[in-house]
Amino acid sequence: MRTLFRTTPSLPVFLAVLVVFTLGVTVLSEAYGIGALSTSFIKTLGKTACLALVAIAMDLVWGYTGILSLGHFAFFGLGGYMIGMWLMYARTELIVLDSLAAAPLPPTPGEISDAIAGQIFGVVGAADLPMVWMFAHSFWAQMALVVLVPGLLALVFGWLAFRSRVTGVYLSILTQAMTLALSLYLFQNDSGLRGNNGLSGLQNLPGADAIPQATVSIWFFWASALALLLTYVVAAFVVSGTFGSVIRGIRDDEARVRFLGYPVEGFKLFVFVLTAVIAALGGALYYPQAGIINPAEIAPIASIYLAVWVAIGGRGRLYGAVIGACVVSLLSTWFTGGQAPDLPLGFYTVKWVDWWQVGLGFSFVLVTLFAPKGLGGLVDLVSHRLSPNRHGAALGPDTGALREKEAEQ
Amino acid sequence: MNGALLEVAAISVTFDGFKAINRLSFSIGPAELRAIIGPNGAGKTTFMDIVTGKTKPDEGQVLWGEVSRNLIGMNEARIARAGIGRKFQRPTVFEDQTVFANLLMALKNTRAPLAVLFYTPKRRDVARVEDLAGEIGLAEQIRRKAGELSHGQKQWLEIGMLLAQDPKLLLVDEPAAGMTLGEREHTADLLREAAKTRAVVVVEHDMEFVRRLDCKVTVFHEGSVLAEGSLDHVTRNQDVIDVYLGR
Ligand SMILES: Nc1ncnc2c1ncn2[C@@H]1O[C@H](COP(=O)(O)OP(=O)(O)O)[C@@H](O)[C@H]1O
Ligand SMILES: [Mg+2]
Repeated sequence: MRTLFRTTPSLPVFLAVLVVFTLGVTVLSEAYGIGALSTSFIKTLGKTACLALVAIAMDLVWGYTGILSLGHFAFFGLGGYMIGMWLMYARTELIVLDSLAAAPLPPTPGEISDAIAGQIFGVVGAADLPMVWMFAHSFWAQMALVVLVPGLLALVFGWLAFRSRVTGVYLSILTQAMTLALSLYLFQNDSGLRGNNGLSGLQNLPGADAIPQATVSIWFFWASALALLLTYVVAAFVVSGTFGSVIRGIRDDEARVRFLGYPVEGFKLFVFVLTAVIAALGGALYYPQAGIINPAEIAPIASIYLAVWVAIGGRGRLYGAVIGACVVSLLSTWFTGGQAPDLPLGFYTVKWVDWWQVGLGFSFVLVTLFAPKGLGGLVDLVSHRLSPNRHGAALGPDTGALREKEAEQ
Repeated sequence: MNGALLEVAAISVTFDGFKAINRLSFSIGPAELRAIIGPNGAGKTTFMDIVTGKTKPDEGQVLWGEVSRNLIGMNEARIARAGIGRKFQRPTVFEDQTVFANLLMALKNTRAPLAVLFYTPKRRDVARVEDLAGEIGLAEQIRRKAGELSHGQKQWLEIGMLLAQDPKLLLVDEPAAGMTLGEREHTADLLREAAKTRAVVVVEHDMEFVRRLDCKVTVFHEGSVLAEGSLDHVTRNQDVIDVYLGR
């Protein structure tokens, strides 16, 4: 930990900011403080922490290793589905047991199971519990699946792609195809995950009906903040030291790394799977706060947004990813939530609900062209870290290599 | 096989119908310095590509080490781990990282992802990196980013990275290109020193530089060996004069 503080100067700052922020939110919360912040806003903050967490994963895989994966939100969503299955099953089970308890005869296990299946799958016209719900009764089994399902998907996909040396834009397209295929599959009613209805009621923790959402929301906020902190520490550990040197080397010139004797594919696969698992854990924390998950969450565009956040925040630095995710997703909530005042131009009134996407796209283009360091680059201005005074050639021959301008001193 | 470290036997490679390497044979002993000269397009870089696994030959064999293991079909990283290091024509160092990080990454050590993740440099690793930095004349620059170095310094850093890998065979492609006279002398000394304990193959255009290396010379032309021997011997060869020196 001491070495981490030394190699990652942003870590103590990040830690301090996060702790102060968490305490501040707690004091302002309804459940443990003066109640200045609404429960829904606390949920927004908790969800934002999860998005920052998955942005760190994206930064690891793209900003540091140079793999522009446009599929990491699929892993995020899968994590959400896995935990959602347990939440939905366990709560439905309690409700069913409750209602059957009134019956004159004690219900058989078969009756219970049928009743649960009927409750959950009535909407898609099925009455049996699909195979994929085999472990849904067990919290620990589903928690294991949160890690295993996205982890295995990333392992198989990454192994196939990296082994055949698919790189650059082709890899990005492949990851998009994976995401699209997954979301289309989930949209089907017979996927066993309720088709486009998705899983809902996830905000209600089984057996915790007596606990108000105000309290539950702050618990999830704490858990999300803690998960974000741990992710930051893990990511800092990964990118400092020789492993970090190697993955940045892969980003800038992967052929050269091979000639040093490093198995480049193995490194890429490791980072790809690790970040998929981190994303999945983020999703498992996010969706109980969102309350609902459906296949639209996994749509290809979501993963593209993730790349936009990291680009705007500044790729290749961990706090850049966090800043990008927080700023863009909070602004997005504000604009699309109808809270932003309309902008009257006389001849036309800009309604932000419609125009926010355009603005976001435009700022992405501007950042890419004129401020490749992103918002994180502002930190350099403060800490007086000037870049080497050289001209903007890429740092390596591979696409995705950092441009010289981006390199910090 | 008569104690050769690397034995390249009758390899050929064709790019879109163009025979870049044509039944080329080449061999080098365990502690030998060898210069390869030849006109542009003679296939010198392609030869290195084949030995290091970047390009697969259409025919022929590349045999390595005492047990004469065939290198063809092995990937670049495995060949590098078997003990062949390579310096590219253009200096390729990791510009975003410090001289220290560049050397440490190259240092002969574990290469498996998980082992690298939990690796922390031992005191003797750090000492070795510092020694190397001194050897290549970059002791002062060790904390600077490689991107800030001059062209010549980058070339040295790359040679330093090769030495850090501690390979049995070093393939060096045009190390003196773009260097000042003083830098060339230092480079030639580095290579001669390195060849005391390992095999070194140097591709170079500059005759003065080759003369300074003071070693056996192999002349490539149109993808095969045209002549071999001392520099004076090959420069007197009429074929060599015709295709190369005469122009
Ligand atoms: N990947 C490739 N594809 C097509 N032609 C190539 C390729 N690599 C090399 N060549 C051709 O092979 C010949 C030998 O090139 P090279 O080995 O680079 O020569 P040298 O290093 O001796 O100057 C050149 O004519 C070059 O154009
Ligand atoms: Mg060449």
